[in-house]
Amino acid sequence: MNLEKKTSQPDFQLERPMAPKSSQIKEFWLVFSNNRLAIGGMIIFILFFCSALLGLFLTSGPDPIFDPAQIRLQEKLRPPLAKANLDTLRPEEVPRMGIYFFGTDDLGRDVFARMLQGAWVSLTVGFVAVGIAILIGIFMGGIAGYFGQHYLGAVSIDTLIMRIVDIMLCFPSFFLILTVVALLPASIYNIMIVIGLTSWMGTTRFVRAEFLSLREQDFVVAARALGVNNFRIIFRHMMPNAIAPVLVSATIGIATAILTEAGLSFLGFGVPPPHATWGNILSDGKRFIFDAPWLTFIPGIAILIVVLSFNLFGEGLRDSLNPKLRQRR
Amino acid sequence: MLAFISRSIIQKIITLFFVSVVSFLIIHLAPGKPSQVDPLNPKFTPEVVERFRKEFHLDKPLHVQYLYFYRDLFTGQTVSWKDNQSVLNKIWERFLNSLPLFIVGTILTWTLSFPIGIRSAIFRGHIYDRSTTFFSYLMISIPGFFFAYILIIFVVTRFHVPVIGMETFGLGDAPIPHVLMDRIWHLLLPSILGATGGIAVLSRYVRSQMLEVEGQEYIRTAKAKGLPPELVHYKHALRNALLPFVTMFGLILPGLIGGSVIIESIFSWPGMGRMAYEAILARDYPVILTVNFVSAVLVLVGTFISDILYLVVDPRIRL
Repeated sequence: MNLEKKTSQPDFQLERPMAPKSSQIKEFWLVFSNNRLAIGGMIIFILFFCSALLGLFLTSGPDPIFDPAQIRLQEKLRPPLAKANLDTLRPEEVPRMGIYFFGTDDLGRDVFARMLQGAWVSLTVGFVAVGIAILIGIFMGGIAGYFGQHYLGAVSIDTLIMRIVDIMLCFPSFFLILTVVALLPASIYNIMIVIGLTSWMGTTRFVRAEFLSLREQDFVVAARALGVNNFRIIFRHMMPNAIAPVLVSATIGIATAILTEAGLSFLGFGVPPPHATWGNILSDGKRFIFDAPWLTFIPGIAILIVVLSFNLFGEGLRDSLNPKLRQRR
Repeated sequence: MLAFISRSIIQKIITLFFVSVVSFLIIHLAPGKPSQVDPLNPKFTPEVVERFRKEFHLDKPLHVQYLYFYRDLFTGQTVSWKDNQSVLNKIWERFLNSLPLFIVGTILTWTLSFPIGIRSAIFRGHIYDRSTTFFSYLMISIPGFFFAYILIIFVVTRFHVPVIGMETFGLGDAPIPHVLMDRIWHLLLPSILGATGGIAVLSRYVRSQMLEVEGQEYIRTAKAKGLPPELVHYKHALRNALLPFVTMFGLILPGLIGGSVIIESIFSWPGMGRMAYEAILARDYPVILTVNFVSAVLVLVGTFISDILYLVVDPRIRL
């Protein structure tokens, strides 16, 4: 439409190159900012990210500002916003500002401090697991899409990789994760790796499909004709064009990973004790659901809000990165 | 057509073979031995462990174990290491328990998501559409067990009915309607929980399909020639939007065996998921492997059925 407008003007000159009027990011933002749910998702996403970073800073070190591991048995199951009972506590046990913002759990630990610490752990689990999945997915999908026609013996590389994807898709995912996590020694790294290793199939399919269509396009053919090497073609020319669906599935994948970790914690195979995650605060709290409902509701609602924001943000990204929807405006 | 079917069957058998190898390797290469489950048990003397290993061929090399295991599976002789019962019988028993959950859940999913999705497609951008969109995301994002607890607290405090387990213990010779109501209450919550995620996802999908069809030219034509809107929506649009969903019938098959581990453990429902979970805890390899194998078979059969259905319902696809 840009072109039509300009050519209709008589004083139009073809000297300058006709770059699109607004940059990609501007176009993206125009669509994205119209989606109020997605904006809300993004804001919560950023808030969560900041509070997780802040939580890491506030709860670690030899003398943390909020100590998540401080046990005060005389102060157990205090409701949210309860004042600490200063007579029975030693000075080093007194919580910051003398208030338990989110109450205390069955060992008298400050739930607010634990939530702060858990935010960082949950975030890392989500990001690392999805990072692993995305790396494997891009690698496998890229090879299948770009080098697909080469033959390894009797089968083409494309067939081989897509059959591996089919095999992986045959496993019921949560059950597979549960089995492997239960058989391996309990550790936070095993959980991230296992979730990552069992959720790369979607990304592989996206990237392969994108690469199959991109490799036939003129700019790739031109790059190849210029003698650009494969590595550069893949990472400099094709990957930036294929990254949009990967970004979307990564955002939603983080949400799924956080939910999976919570589910594993619930069944007793989550991140082991020294680390607090929202999943295991919630599953520890379930025994006191009638006496201390805040132990269930605070982490539950926190997980809900964060996962919801990731999902809304991801869907908003999907809509705004979709060129079909963009042109409709 | 016949060539397609036979080629696809051969392909699926090859996939199944690799699935069986991979799952066998995952289980057997993981650290820890099944004979170490209970090292403090005084009855677990080295002689017993040795006998146990011999009995279940654990002293043989891995590929021999593999052959033994799948020979037993196909002749139906696999026994659980925990209680020496036939694995297939155990699975069948638990399967019958999970079946009502699956049926009610599936019916709820498929009957509710269509009206919701169609309505929000017709009223696109209205308050109804926006609130269902938000609610679907809410339902996708809520941790299942957290939602379960909210529902349990709500039902138990509001209606004063017991919901844990498959039935109330010790009802004895209560009148039949009472027993029936009791069973329904117990069935209702876990199936609603199992269905919420499905309803959220499926209704979104129905909505996007409907929107796509509603944008087609023949719908505009139908509207332009003055047909009543109901006729346009439900006859012209809906019938064409239904196409992809016919094939999804094949894909609900794997849900038969999946059962939700989490929901079944919250509600103490003695179904498949719980059995699998208990088998994992006890390192009962035959049960884990059999469940895995059966579910892989169901996934493959499901995709096969959906491929065939696609061929049958979509006249544009011809081989």
